[in-house]
Amino acid sequence: MAAKKLNIKDKYRLLTRDLDWEYSYADRKEAFPYEDFEGIKITDWSKWEDPFRLTMDAYWKYQAEKEKKLYAIFDAFAQNNAHLNVSDPRYINAIKIFLTGVSPLEYQAYQGFAHTGRQFGGVGARVACQMQSLDELRHVQTQIHAMSHFNKFFDGFQEYSHMHDRVWYLSVPKSFFNDARTAGPFEFMIAIGFSFEYVLTNLLFVPFMSGAAHNGDMATVTFGFSAQSDEARHMTLGLEVIKFLLEQHEDNVEIVQKWIDKWFWRGSRLLTIVAMMMDYMLPNKVMSWKEAWEVYFEEAGGALFKDLARYGIRMPKYSDIIEKEKEHISHQAWWTFYTHGHAAGFHTWIPTDEELDWLSEKYPETFDKYYRPRWELAKEMEAKGERFYTKGLPQLCTTCQIPMLFTEMDDPTQTSYRDTVYNGDRYHFCSDGCKDIFEDEPEKFVQSWLPVHQIFQGNCGGPDVGDILSDFYHMNVGVDNMDMKGSPDELRWKQWKGVA
Amino acid sequence: MAVKAITPDYKGEVLDKVENFGGNQVVYVGWDHHLMFCAPFAYPLPPEMTFEALRTQVMPETFSLHPEFEQIDWDNVSWMLDGNPFTPQADVALKDQGIGHKSVLRFSTPDLNGYQGAGV
Repeated sequence: MAAKKLNIKDKYRLLTRDLDWEYSYADRKEAFPYEDFEGIKITDWSKWEDPFRLTMDAYWKYQAEKEKKLYAIFDAFAQNNAHLNVSDPRYINAIKIFLTGVSPLEYQAYQGFAHTGRQFGGVGARVACQMQSLDELRHVQTQIHAMSHFNKFFDGFQEYSHMHDRVWYLSVPKSFFNDARTAGPFEFMIAIGFSFEYVLTNLLFVPFMSGAAHNGDMATVTFGFSAQSDEARHMTLGLEVIKFLLEQHEDNVEIVQKWIDKWFWRGSRLLTIVAMMMDYMLPNKVMSWKEAWEVYFEEAGGALFKDLARYGIRMPKYSDIIEKEKEHISHQAWWTFYTHGHAAGFHTWIPTDEELDWLSEKYPETFDKYYRPRWELAKEMEAKGERFYTKGLPQLCTTCQIPMLFTEMDDPTQTSYRDTVYNGDRYHFCSDGCKDIFEDEPEKFVQSWLPVHQIFQGNCGGPDVGDILSDFYHMNVGVDNMDMKGSPDELRWKQWKGVA
Repeated sequence: MAVKAITPDYKGEVLDKVENFGGNQVVYVGWDHHLMFCAPFAYPLPPEMTFEALRTQVMPETFSLHPEFEQIDWDNVSWMLDGNPFTPQADVALKDQGIGHKSVLRFSTPDLNGYQGAGV
């Protein structure tokens, strides 16, 4: 009689590798049509080493345990009115960016991994991607639940999903993931599984979660912890993917290098918003963006690329530029949002004098020379009752879709302009990195949905900016946007705290 | 190959072709070393608009918030069009002096270095 309970090894085999079968009457190529067109050569899927030995039944069990603990903490957070424990209501604006800009990416990751989890010819890779797909769906759900408490007490949370699809600055994260998901399955895995999850995710999650911890937001800290064991699995998968591709065929090396160059550049552009959040939006600072970049990219990433050198992989192209930009981008980004504070779905403000001094201390080479004068000007205008909101709309980069706010690293007060002409039309970029990406695949990027151009084409309602904000973006104008000073968020906070 | 796609000879739809702008063309204008404005401005303009109208009617709407804007001596401004030195003709239409759809115009004011001389 067969044993009632399978041993772990047999269970693992039956629930992963044994789910595949030989095709006797159908063409395997037709079953996996996405596997060849990117030029990646896979000679033997059985060489795939499962990065984590987890079966679906164990997966459900672990996740259910974590979920029970997580939701108990959310309940306690809500019952204790724990939103009153955050350091300062300015902090909540970082969470608004997270819900509108990052949580919808978790959903896109769920969709992307579901696709690769169907399309890879190797069953080991398929099962791993399917589990990550479920993780990502769990993350978007837990994030929404964690932040729903804030939605009851603060403005700007109510239309996060609608806003993600339409608002000008949210086209940056949205188009980043759209680019990855419309690539082939192998590029998706190098883009999201390796570049983002393995190398750059620490720069997203650690700052947000430790920022939450330093600012009294236990709900966000807890979903961060609850996602951490999932993230560890995602990193292992990202590393297995790259090693597997590089070991399968030497022709893969050049293709993988090109994707690394592309996705590290795109990733560093995307993280500009995290840089700004760390340096300007956390009332209690964790560390500067520059310090975080040095720890998590230069040290940790540098060691990884040393390890990959034996496959013929080198550091991502333009790493030298990125290294210099760590001194600048957070300041350039917050200035952009401050001056467009009328068109943002969260509040902006001038840093306090203590914060300006902290920035001087953390950025001795650049802050006083280039960026403090901007805040002096802003203070001067505010004192005259003319809080600076820029008029008109900015030029955008065709690839990253960020306003052209980046500057030449050898001339930091000069906007960095790049352009190219393709099929008779001119296209503009913030950098050589973004220009290279366009020139490699122009037929993809001629389709960029650039918010400023869409407004000009009449596709976003208007033409008044106020109407676009309210009718097309669903912002609550005069409530969600504008300066922190005098905002309903600030007034309510003062009432709760009993201060005038 | 202009894109890696599973569809042979895939062509993308050009979202920003001039025909989509209802008779206008997009022109970008940036003031070198003046980063009070975080990025160059984008304007939808009739191609028949004269340069004079761009400079005296369109640009002040956005640029005049800068404390140095009214001090600009326009006779001593140097211009670049799409990366090349450029001498604008005031009474000539944009399209008749090479300022096309998605052209970039940059101007620099050598005597004005931004708020506090800091390129702001």
